[in-house]
Amino acid sequence: MTPHRTRNILICSGKGGVGKTTLTANLGIALARQGVRTAVLDADFGLRNLDLLLGLENRIVFTAQEVLAGSCRLEQALVKHKQEPNLALLPAGNPRMLEWLKPEDMQAIVGMLAPSFDVVLIDCPAGIEDGFKNAVSAAQEAIVITTPEVSAVRDADRVIGLLNIHGIKPIQLVLNRVRPKMMANQEMLSVNDVTDILALPLLGLVVEDEQVIVSTNRGEPLTLSGSGSPAAQAYTNVARRLQGEDVPLPDPAKMGRGLRAKLRRLIKTKIFRQQ
Amino acid sequence: MTLRDTIYRLLGLQPASATTARERLQLVLAHDRSDLNPELLEQMRREILEVVSRYVEIDLDEVDVSLETEDRVTALVANLPIRRAKAVAQPGVKATISLGVKGAGLAAGNAPSSPEPELASSAEATSDGATAAEAEQPAAQAIQPEPAAETASLEGSESLS
Ligand SMILES: Nc1ncnc2c1ncn2[C@@H]1O[C@H](COP(=O)(O)OP(=O)(O)OP(=O)(O)O)[C@@H](O)[C@H]1O
Ligand SMILES: [Mg+2]
Repeated sequence: MTPHRTRNILICSGKGGVGKTTLTANLGIALARQGVRTAVLDADFGLRNLDLLLGLENRIVFTAQEVLAGSCRLEQALVKHKQEPNLALLPAGNPRMLEWLKPEDMQAIVGMLAPSFDVVLIDCPAGIEDGFKNAVSAAQEAIVITTPEVSAVRDADRVIGLLNIHGIKPIQLVLNRVRPKMMANQEMLSVNDVTDILALPLLGLVVEDEQVIVSTNRGEPLTLSGSGSPAAQAYTNVARRLQGEDVPLPDPAKMGRGLRAKLRRLIKTKIFRQQ
Repeated sequence: MTLRDTIYRLLGLQPASATTARERLQLVLAHDRSDLNPELLEQMRREILEVVSRYVEIDLDEVDVSLETEDRVTALVANLPIRRAKAVAQPGVKATISLGVKGAGLAAGNAPSSPEPELASSAEATSDGATAAEAEQPAAQAIQPEPAAETASLEGSESLS
């Protein structure tokens, strides 16, 4: 038997609001459903949200803060998901923790989680300041999430540079809020544009999906119900690929059903070729 | 996208916004990745000019020093049109230097393949000092795959002998 090794995976983006917490929650549930013992660690002490997206906000008694202070045991702070007992949340403590929290503290936390979990997903705060540095110090690999927008890609690039400095490996990319129609019309950076620029392997492609908002309203991640919504499938596939399964990526060009896209393709092939 | 945009784009009068986005990103990332602020870049530009000017007379109006990036590898590209060599005062010589330096790409990426540094010259310039047509061609921007390679390739129109 190979010795148990926990994968500590950082979910980060640089720019805020691109979908880190949503990915962490959905990926956490999806992995748990696939039989992986998963802990999700909210490293966004300033603006914690992971509890809310998982629908666990009312069940928090202790947090990482009490664990670190030694005033409770880890098991007391961990909140197990009722429907998916393979998943547990370690909630972030008080925002004032930011003042004293050190990389060693984050390392201590993941060290405590290691014996009981196969995967620890660390939901990183936006930015590249102390919160990011603390979180990155506890990880060995990372998932960078971005949207196909210039500002998000630029910030992702910055973060990738820092991850490289910290020796994080592998670093994989999730492209979120893809709008196939806009991509087909070349009104949005294409998947290749983003992967070329950032030079990262693509782990997943999540389309813009209203169901994401509906699911956050309820505190039930999309992957929980096994719903067939496009984003739910995408998150589930990210989990499978993360486990080493070879799941083909969808081709956004084929998703584009816009009339203009068709027109453009038609014109490109029928007219411009003749030159 | 408005109808006007669509028509303009189909007619090739305006690039798609995704194309514009990609180009703008590549430019800004070249600067971000090298961690060179415009001030440092300007200082470096002045010093490069100073060194090159010791050997050749440069057309200062046409000088272009910029950063380019591909596959997380950043290159410093300098276009320095040469008026004439200093040692041999021969009028009418104009050449373009392109300086490729492998930059501080943070991730391991494939450096773009590039031609060997070369010293190409041809006698095209007229002796009365008129600019040769070939001298107006943009210089090939050599990006050297070797670390710390600093190669000036002369692609000119006149023998500098
Ligand atoms: N694929 C998607 N389709 C539609 N909405 C999405 C999608 N992904 C994320 N969102 C929405 O984007 C918003 C930001 O998401 P989220 O909170 O996960 O981002 P974040 O990166 O964690 O933000 P922060 O940097 O503030 O922590 C949320 O309102 C979420 O519902
Ligand atoms: Mg968040």
